[in-house]
Amino acid sequence: MYPAPFRFHRPATLQEAIGLLARFGDDAKVIAGGQTLIPMLKMRMGDMTDMIDIGRLPNLSYIEQRGDTIHIGALTTHSEVANSEIAERIPLLKDCGGGIADKQVRNRGTIGGGLSVADPSGDWPTGLRVLDAQVVCRGPNGERTLAIEDFIVDSYTTALGNGELVTEVKFKLPPAHSGGAYVAFKRAAPAYPTASAGVQLTMSGDTCTHIRLALGAAGSTAITSVEAESVLRGQSLTPTNLEKAADIIVSVAKPPVDARGSEDFKRAMLRSLVVDAVQRAVARSRGEKINGGHRYA
Amino acid sequence: MPEAIQPVRIEVTVNGHKYQRDIEPRMLLVEFIREELGLTGTHIGCDTSYCGACTILLNGKPIKSCTALAVQADGCELMTVEGLERDDGLHPLQTAFSEHHGLQCGYCTPGMLMSSYNLLEENPNPSRDEICKGIAGNVCRCTGYQNIVKAVDAAAKALSYEITTGKPTTATEEA
Repeated sequence: MYPAPFRFHRPATLQEAIGLLARFGDDAKVIAGGQTLIPMLKMRMGDMTDMIDIGRLPNLSYIEQRGDTIHIGALTTHSEVANSEIAERIPLLKDCGGGIADKQVRNRGTIGGGLSVADPSGDWPTGLRVLDAQVVCRGPNGERTLAIEDFIVDSYTTALGNGELVTEVKFKLPPAHSGGAYVAFKRAAPAYPTASAGVQLTMSGDTCTHIRLALGAAGSTAITSVEAESVLRGQSLTPTNLEKAADIIVSVAKPPVDARGSEDFKRAMLRSLVVDAVQRAVARSRGEKINGGHRYA
Repeated sequence: MPEAIQPVRIEVTVNGHKYQRDIEPRMLLVEFIREELGLTGTHIGCDTSYCGACTILLNGKPIKSCTALAVQADGCELMTVEGLERDDGLHPLQTAFSEHHGLQCGYCTPGMLMSSYNLLEENPNPSRDEICKGIAGNVCRCTGYQNIVKAVDAAAKALSYEITTGKPTTATEEA
């Protein structure tokens, strides 16, 4: 057996899970789908004496619209998000959830887990950033809701306090004439992206009235640029404007130099991904059914 | 290290048979399948959630059994490669892999078969591109995938033949 020994707890309720997590503190790890945790345990990374399995907690697996807000339960798997009716209407969710790793992983991994791990190469932190998502957390002191940029504070680091868990992700349903896309480049299906870009925009005729851009695997957290967005907001998305905005956001990225590529390679990749994502988002804002998602050999 | 680790009792249904075992919480599902149940058709390949050789179906969905704990499967229905075989012989997917040389060393084959099985359940007439996507989470270091894709395509046709005629067949008869 590869993981070191640990005690196993399967709380029946969220309250019970929070109680156990608060009691064991840093000695405990929470498991939902386990697609990040289990590989880490197999490498014996981190000290853990107690595992708290929240995978079967009731009422935390859903994706639904209530009023003008989309709510996604923390235990909803990547596959469930990607295959949902709501993902048909908000294709960025399909790009993101349907492109993470491979089918086997998507059937196990959860959106709450993907956010809580806060991997700089992870897909949800970048994709949900452009939807201005909020993260609902529950802990010993009750519930609080954080903007995603306040929830993910650094690489592999969230604002979750002792005993606190993510229970839900929510965001406003984009208005009419909106489109979004998330595109990522990865070396093979099960790999993490080398680079990724997310965009969500709203058009009024040829004019872009709202836009959010974010880059993934391009720094310790999702990279955004108010300046790049302001180049496009209120403007027609001409190739010149688009390239200018792409240059600005890529200039503030800090892609790590690693086995996935050099800095120059990654900047060129990010630039092309931003342009591609915006073009796909614009086409989708017109109601065109086109693919986004992850590219790999 | 925690002092007293209590074993956990789990009950799973694998290929239609019920099993009950007391196991350590840290036991991986693939170890449980291979070591506890003796079903060694499921392979451990990369052991890092990359290669897909350990792919099985959990409640009908493909997962990597090296990246699941046995306790997580408690109460679930599993299907491993041993569950493919029929009373009258091989499953059309297995026949097609054999006929079309969809394997060389055979190490990835159990996982390829389980992913392909799930693909054809969800999409009985996949395009070439859909087949490639369907096995994207399975790595083969021998074949270059060409013959695997051909085999899945042939199996899809054989299974369609079965559905339309109501008669069991093999990939050979259809080809």
